Amino acid sequence: MSLKASTLKVGDTYSERLVEDLKRTQIVQYAGASGDYNPVHTDEIFATKVAGFPSTFAHGMLTMGMTGRMLTNYVGDGRLTKYGVRFTRQVFPGDDLDAKATVKEIRQEGGQYFVDLTVETFNQNGEMVISGSATARIDP
Amino acid sequence: MAVNKFPIEAGHIMMFARAVGDKNPIYYDEAYAKTTEPGSIIAPPTFIQASAQFDPDYYLRPKIGEPWFGSGKNPTGMTQPSEGGVGRGLHAEQHFEYHRHPRPGDVLKAETRPGKTWEKEGKRGGKLKFSENITEYRDQNNELVITARSVGVMTEKAPE
Repeated sequence: MSLKASTLKVGDTYSERLVEDLKRTQIVQYAGASGDYNPVHTDEIFATKVAGFPSTFAHGMLTMGMTGRMLTNYVGDGRLTKYGVRFTRQVFPGDDLDAKATVKEIRQEGGQYFVDLTVETFNQNGEMVISGSATARIDP
Repeated sequence: MAVNKFPIEAGHIMMFARAVGDKNPIYYDEAYAKTTEPGSIIAPPTFIQASAQFDPDYYLRPKIGEPWFGSGKNPTGMTQPSEGGVGRGLHAEQHFEYHRHPRPGDVLKAETRPGKTWEKEGKRGGKLKFSENITEYRDQNNELVITARSVGVMTEKAPE
């Protein structure tokens, strides 16, 4: 179920709900798996009293990872050739996130078709938390 | 960052996929993965960041016998107040270029070189100092697997 250059159109979109009511436990789970134990993400006392944030917040890479799940569900396994993001806003426990990919360009390079995508993730207030792009190999 | 040996392991991929809420069986079910285009378990797109686990000096992991800046008896375990360094640094951008997707059995090594640095006046956090790092991940045959570009930002004060 790979994307096809013959049926894709510029402007096509794909979106997924990434998470509802993000739990602190999931942030802890991400810290453990990734190895990023910065206490600003998991230690409410440190995050608020020492670092001066309103609460703990998710690793940017957790949001990028969840957004990557939307991308691989869309383009297929092992198809991504590029994926990059800017973290535009912090993600806090309790947030709901939705991610969207939009087809920007369909092109051919050395006999291989590629799709360039705009990637955006929003929180429950419609504020963008990730702004990025991705490229994937697609079928003819 | 220099990582001499990042063994890609199936159990680690499974735990990472769980953490990002991805239930795609290609990340844990070898029999299923054989039926897919990649033909084996592969790492999810941002998994490479977990190379931090294999960086002996990674500063965001508590080290046995060393002070840790997270809370214990006190809000921070540091006796000297931090110079606004740790806790002020945020991840601004992350970019990956996949030459191929790593799979269990690969043993990667990573070398990081500094890229550009620049400054910007922030709307919410005072002056912002950006710095870029480029990391090349190579496999056991010295083939390039992933090129990563990371941009960090230091703020003068926590964003409001």
